[in-house]
Amino acid sequence: MNLLGEGIAWIVDPANYAGPQGWIVRMLEQLFYTFGAIAVAAVIAIPLGYLVGHTGRGRDIAVSLSGGFRALPSFGVIILLALGLGIGFKAPLLTFVIIAIPPILAGAYAGFEAVDRKTIDAARAMGMTEWQVMTRVEVPLGLPLLIGGVRSSALQVVATATLAAYVSGGALGVFIFQAFATRDYPQALGASVIVTALALALEGIFALIQKLVVPRGVVAKEPKDVRARAPRPRATTGIPVQEGK
Amino acid sequence: MVRRRLGPAMIEFRSVTKQFPDGTVAVDSFDLVIPPRKTTVLVGSSGCGKTTLLRMINRMIDPTSGSILIDGEDTSGLAPVKLRRRIGYVMQNSGLLPHRKVIDNVATVPILNGVPKKDARARALELLDTVGLDRSLASKYPRQLSGGQQQRVGVARGLAADPNILLMDEPFGAVDPIVRAELQQETIRLQEGLGKTVVFVTHDIDEAFLLGHQVVILQKGGHIAQVGSPAEILANPANDFVASFVGADRGKRVLRIERVDGRDVVVDENGTPTGVLQP
Repeated sequence: MNLLGEGIAWIVDPANYAGPQGWIVRMLEQLFYTFGAIAVAAVIAIPLGYLVGHTGRGRDIAVSLSGGFRALPSFGVIILLALGLGIGFKAPLLTFVIIAIPPILAGAYAGFEAVDRKTIDAARAMGMTEWQVMTRVEVPLGLPLLIGGVRSSALQVVATATLAAYVSGGALGVFIFQAFATRDYPQALGASVIVTALALALEGIFALIQKLVVPRGVVAKEPKDVRARAPRPRATTGIPVQEGK
Repeated sequence: MVRRRLGPAMIEFRSVTKQFPDGTVAVDSFDLVIPPRKTTVLVGSSGCGKTTLLRMINRMIDPTSGSILIDGEDTSGLAPVKLRRRIGYVMQNSGLLPHRKVIDNVATVPILNGVPKKDARARALELLDTVGLDRSLASKYPRQLSGGQQQRVGVARGLAADPNILLMDEPFGAVDPIVRAELQQETIRLQEGLGKTVVFVTHDIDEAFLLGHQVVILQKGGHIAQVGSPAEILANPANDFVASFVGADRGKRVLRIERVDGRDVVVDENGTPTGVLQP
């Protein structure tokens, strides 16, 4: 049997997936890291990003901060934090929060910056308060870019969460580190396949969410004939007319 | 809603100066009285400070010195947000909120003012009639509308809170000439029907003469070259700048009468007939 076949065999073997040491539990740990880190990062990065995007102040700091954070070697950070916080889940979780912040921060302020200045000016001229401009105009129109940021955070963390095992933090990395020590390559491959599948699944889900949060009016089709007074009946063949509800 | 009694909406500029942080003096000790329930057009080339003047009325821009009074009340003592909600504002490219349906765009200001959503929407539908839009467009999004239709929605939104002042900042600058002419006629009709104080900014002198009861011709730095009715300005341009700006020195506005077959035919400078004079 080839290596890939052996890897698949490892995955489907009940001895490997069932029980508190099985890969199902390890996968849930991987997901706990992913969503836990994203939740904490969102609480920090979204308000900060919105503030930067709305006021335009501190943009340079935000850009260099997110750039610098991105360049941090996650493996080194985990070990460094584990030296301080001890082994277990705390050091990896904190590391993943740090990894998750930059894309969310960038998505939050880029989303605000992408809103047409004229739209914001009009909202203000109508008599919206700054808070209303933010919540009723900038947040809904900036949502697709924010979700895009969350999406890349999720992807990065779900893959990196494998490293947690190095400081006894559990998750799917347990199998991989163990397999390298015992030269059990089918196990290493099987676990890697699960990590990959998890990443792909998350990517798909977030891509879908990102599509769903685009405000209807923004994706609405422009009229074909700009002089048209009223919607005209279309021919029955061809692409159906896309309209707001 | 408790309707505040609004005055007739006379607007006064008293030695208003605006210097921007970069040092540009957009408006320099500007004085003007804008009569109530009439259309006043601020006209001039770009950089003459006309938009700055307009935006100072609803405190989108605050003057560096001087004061602006509405019915005798200094606007610097009023909260900007409250002031803006009682002044209609129509801008170029409509400035509609792309994520809201037409009806919700129109209903925005009344809802901000605390009118129940249902009432605000019912009123928004009526306003679509007022600006000549089919009610079937209410559930569309701005992008699904043509430029002219969007502009009408913009006017409807400006009127939604029933303001006594309507500010229009080159509202028809981005639509084609045919639609533009329609919208101009519509604006005249609305102003006459509703009796609002309209302050209109344009760089197009023909538009200014068509819409304005009072036309203010501006030179760089917000200096007034001439104020008057279109007829007064044409009959008596204050200086060469005005004469050239209104085209009095060009063929179009210099008309002569020629007698043809016992009737008075009006011809322009090139001798091209433009019409017949009625006795």
